Amino acid sequence: MTHTQKRIIINAVLMTLSTLSAIIGMGFLFWILGVLIANGVEALSWHIFTNEGAPPGYADGGLKHALIGQLYIVGVATLVGVPFGIFAGTYLSEYGQKSKLAEIIRDISDIMMSAPSIVIGAFVYAVVVVPMGHFSGWAGSIALSIIMLPIILRTTDDMLQLVPSTLREAAFALGAPKYKVVTQVVYRGAKAGILTGILLGIARVAGETAPLLFTSFNDNFLNTNMNEPMASLTVTMFNYATSPYEDWQKLGWAAAFILSMFILGLNILGRLILLKKRGK
Amino acid sequence: MSILLDKLFAYLTKFMAIATLFIVALIFTVLFQHSLEAIHTYGFDFLTTDVWAPNLGKFGALPAIYGSIVSTFLAMLFAIPLAIGVAIFLSEIAPVKLKAPAGASIELLAAIPSVIYGMWGLFYFVPIIRDTFGGIGISMLTAGIVLSIMILPFMAAVARDAMNTTPDILKESAYALGGTKWDVIKDVIIPYAKSGIIGSVILALGRAIGETMAVTFVMGNVHKISLDLTAPATSIPVALASEFTEADGSLYYSSLFELSLILLVISFTIISIAKFYFLRRKRAQ
Repeated sequence: MTHTQKRIIINAVLMTLSTLSAIIGMGFLFWILGVLIANGVEALSWHIFTNEGAPPGYADGGLKHALIGQLYIVGVATLVGVPFGIFAGTYLSEYGQKSKLAEIIRDISDIMMSAPSIVIGAFVYAVVVVPMGHFSGWAGSIALSIIMLPIILRTTDDMLQLVPSTLREAAFALGAPKYKVVTQVVYRGAKAGILTGILLGIARVAGETAPLLFTSFNDNFLNTNMNEPMASLTVTMFNYATSPYEDWQKLGWAAAFILSMFILGLNILGRLILLKKRGK
Repeated sequence: MSILLDKLFAYLTKFMAIATLFIVALIFTVLFQHSLEAIHTYGFDFLTTDVWAPNLGKFGALPAIYGSIVSTFLAMLFAIPLAIGVAIFLSEIAPVKLKAPAGASIELLAAIPSVIYGMWGLFYFVPIIRDTFGGIGISMLTAGIVLSIMILPFMAAVARDAMNTTPDILKESAYALGGTKWDVIKDVIIPYAKSGIIGSVILALGRAIGETMAVTFVMGNVHKISLDLTAPATSIPVALASEFTEADGSLYYSSLFELSLILLVISFTIISIAKFYFLRRKRAQ
């Protein structure tokens, strides 16, 4: 066998191996997606959206309590985390720039983005749940907003930096003070990017379970008082899926399906906004 | 008026930015304070004691630390070859028409919440492990495999991004010299993207070790060190998720807080190594 033949054979073998591992990897992932869709669609029905939790054995249990609780918890987290993150990101890009302080904040935020979320839950338990004396929706929202903060901060920072400095200079030349330049010129230029960052941030925290286990806890009934323990789709999913009751497990799959579609939808929307912006 | 607003805006943004640092510092401080009782009671023995018996009031972290290390190691063992394979496929082998949709779907899969991987593991993978290896199917091995599948899309996406940074001109030169695809991958792309690929692996490791929901379903939370991979086990996040709401007694709580602190320090260290040593942000200049 010549040297060339050998190389061609090695190439063929390794290309096949690589393709094969891609097929195995993708196969697992599509298996999960398939299971999710098959079980989710089967479990979906109208009463899931109109009924609250029911004891096992009642066929008409729904997820209304978890859907509404999820909206409250994630909604409040967004209201806190987004402005906080945008302002902090604005400082990095417009004021701190390459300063030591700004670089440290960037580095720490990068690390916090991958830090274990359950630890954030333990932290919020210590500073919110223990002083209050009970679990609450507020505690869940605070935990999620802490997780969201570095994501919003870093995307805002990156997106503002993409705005050409000539735009800023033009505005300064017209005599605009800095805050006007930032809010009326830079923010406008980075609108699409910031919006995408917000959508991805919401998508990220909406799927969090671990930090909610001991902050917002759970509730099997509808509750809109943020001072009380509150149901969320993720914790409900966890409790239902690990229960021995078949109708609860079915509801768990429905919750998993609704949540995944919501998160995938936000991700796709975020990408489309960026693509459209680039296409212009 | 305008000058005042200008100052106000500058201070507001700076305040928020510094508050971010403050929160991180507060997390470390609060976890440390709440761990003090356990630290005073056990000292370093906490890390080396293999008994975790809440009913006897004895707490040792070794089984949870052992479980975290072994499950993460198993996950990396399965995920690295698959993820590198997927990354090579996406960046070099896939037909141009397939590249964009396949790449996007991998990124979307990385966005699926880990609780769903855990649920799939419990209902579909546990029975397979049970039938193949015996035991109850809830085990260290199951946790390792579910974890590997959960981090696969993330690892593959970061590794692919690293490979894609190889300049076309380098690849084309190698092809022009008569290199096969494998020659180009082995001698041009992998050396060029090496630090990015290693960074993706370590970053995935940092995520895997702190991952809670994908493993809580399938690990069993049994505080016992067993060499049998098909036996139920526990890990730091699994113990936290399973016991935090049930803990009674301040020493129990304090021990759980010390576990959280250990986990935070471990993942902080691993992620820093990945980010600053291998994936150094390219400064926009």
